[in-house]
Amino acid sequence: MRNKRRDFLKTTAGIAAGTVAGTLLAPRVASAQAAWNNQPEKGARLRVLRWKRFVQGDEDTYMANVKKFSDKYGIEVRVDHEGWEDVRPKAAVAANTGAGPDIILSTNDDANLYPDKLLDVTDLAEYLGKKYGGWYPVCEQYLRPDGKRWIGVPLGCAGNALVYRASMLKAAGYDAVPKDTDGFLKMMRALKDKGTPGGFALGNATGDGNTYANWVVWSHGGRLVNEKNEVVINSPETIRALEYGRELYNTFVPGTLSWLDPNNNKAFLDGQLSITANGISVYFAAKNASDPKVKEMEADIFHANLPVGPVGRPTEFNLFFNQMIFRYSKYPRAAKEFLRFMMEKEQMDPWVTASIGYVTPALRVYEQHAVWKDPKATPYRDSMKIMLPSGYAGKMGYASAGALADFIIVNMVAEASSGSRSPKEAAERAQKRAERYYKV
Amino acid sequence: MTSAAIGTRWIDSRNVLGLLFMLPAAVLLLAFLTYPLGLGVWLGFTDAKIGRGGEFIGIENYQFLWGDSVTRLALFNTLFYTVVASIVKFVLGLWLALLLNKHLPFKAFIRAIVLLPFIVPTALSAIAFWWIYDAQFSVISWVLTQLGLIDRYVDFLGDPWNARFSTIAANIWRGVPFIAICLLAGLQTISPSYYEAASLDGATPWQQFRHVTLPLLTPIIAVVMTFSVLFTFTDFQLIYVLTRGGPLNATHLMATLSFQRAIPGGALGEGAALAVAMVPFLLAAILFSYFGLQRRRWQQGGSDA
Repeated sequence: MRNKRRDFLKTTAGIAAGTVAGTLLAPRVASAQAAWNNQPEKGARLRVLRWKRFVQGDEDTYMANVKKFSDKYGIEVRVDHEGWEDVRPKAAVAANTGAGPDIILSTNDDANLYPDKLLDVTDLAEYLGKKYGGWYPVCEQYLRPDGKRWIGVPLGCAGNALVYRASMLKAAGYDAVPKDTDGFLKMMRALKDKGTPGGFALGNATGDGNTYANWVVWSHGGRLVNEKNEVVINSPETIRALEYGRELYNTFVPGTLSWLDPNNNKAFLDGQLSITANGISVYFAAKNASDPKVKEMEADIFHANLPVGPVGRPTEFNLFFNQMIFRYSKYPRAAKEFLRFMMEKEQMDPWVTASIGYVTPALRVYEQHAVWKDPKATPYRDSMKIMLPSGYAGKMGYASAGALADFIIVNMVAEASSGSRSPKEAAERAQKRAERYYKV
Repeated sequence: MTSAAIGTRWIDSRNVLGLLFMLPAAVLLLAFLTYPLGLGVWLGFTDAKIGRGGEFIGIENYQFLWGDSVTRLALFNTLFYTVVASIVKFVLGLWLALLLNKHLPFKAFIRAIVLLPFIVPTALSAIAFWWIYDAQFSVISWVLTQLGLIDRYVDFLGDPWNARFSTIAANIWRGVPFIAICLLAGLQTISPSYYEAASLDGATPWQQFRHVTLPLLTPIIAVVMTFSVLFTFTDFQLIYVLTRGGPLNATHLMATLSFQRAIPGGALGEGAALAVAMVPFLLAAILFSYFGLQRRRWQQGGSDA
């Protein structure tokens, strides 16, 4: 019945939406057929739990948008902010107990842990996708696991890219970061020889450790599981990747085995690192620094995507952000309306601007966004396009989440890199550990 | 007998009244201690995930943990951490207590200062240690480099054994004041007349310590060390801030691993099993101090007086 109504409305509302969007967006979008009809419940009130901002502008603009929503619809919205690693258990408990926030903005494969507790948002996702140039394929892998039903609305990801000091690369004979893993290794060696080494986190760092270690493995064709969810990490490709990781590690600044998420930021801003991988936050820390020494660094900081390995395509792992509406919500229509409102260009646009490139939106139309015009931010524009999902190449669920949280890949790469185990032993051990999570 | 009479008899009965007065405490214990503990034990026998109830699976979790190399490593780390840290804390704490028991200028002030590491929230002092041990910014490394003693920064938290000893050192720094102050309280309960008598008999300071101080202090030592061992064995915050169990899981304690598996990893049942697996060790520590230290010596010492 809803479909019929939508069909009927398509012609009328589609034109209306088209004209509104047309004034704001590229012509391609204006021609798209997008219709939306939804009446929030009377007297609705919403509670939203989201991850705490990484950059101040994000929170300020988000809350301003929330206020706009409240003013427009007369719906009171309470927003709670928690560190992103704390949202995961809270969301899981909410799903289990059937009480809690109506909407949760969470990370990675969270939605796949309790898909049947989440409101079907297919209509909303399709509406937004049509209107704004479509979702990146990785969005469907995360939030449309059965290929039919959307269990959440993608928001985007926090991109992870190489951050480097152009002057140090130049001194080592490089104008830019080589695009392939072999050339990259040579550059890392040259940097070390010049006394300006780089470094990547190899400690139990949930963010940076996982992004680096997964890139090492994936770029060489290794993967934790295959498409059938069978553990295949102990493979010749993985061993080749670990040998590469070891070579790379030998060029690192000392101490990377102890690095947690903030360490590389600190060392980089202190001028002790020529290159690392991080979100865009390091660059903005330099840009907004009050310390003139750090501020000086701004002009010298550049970004690049992680090099492509023997597999011949980018293999990055970025922190994915989802938006879930829980079935227990008493106001599902209001919740949908809220997400739609926040995702519309009028709200999304300033929010992306204020997030200064920290969040790469999930909708393709934002590739054109002004925030990426700054050449230094451009590599982060493609973070959604080139990333691989967590649990690659298998399905997402408890197994993928558990394996990620247990640092199986990070530990394996760290063991092989430090030489505490041979690549073969490290891969065997990871295989055993992963099999436990993926056991049927 | 009328019902009123029965009521009076009940109220008058010491037993009934006693039970009534114990009721609030019993309810508190049941609600906040027995129930969570029982739930934890039960979860350990299920395959519960966060956000999903579990089925009873018997001892499967324990079977897996027994064969899991990370768990075994965590067990070793925990025992090593507890034994080394507790012994050093005891020696330093006792030494400090003996010093503080002497007549020092500004005695009250110094005693207050000694407690500081214990008062500072662990998470905060752990962050301070995190900087002290930082691979790039360590003040210790900096000083040693400036003095020309080393030419590259010490990898405090990046090498497995360095990391173990570094975390133990931080734990000791935090734990010594607690032991020192408790033992100091114990020292002050020992009547000076014993020492007078001992010195009249010509006892050396060592003999006084060995035959007067130590026996009389033993009950306090037993209690304090029990607490100390329990706190150390279940340490979490320090590790979580400093290393999150890294490098290569060399500093993962059972508590941190239990958290990692249960909450971020979602395997609530397995995490609970890990936590429950700590209980026998804790019980052993309590029983050891109770039977080994408290009973025999205390009662001997007590009867001497």
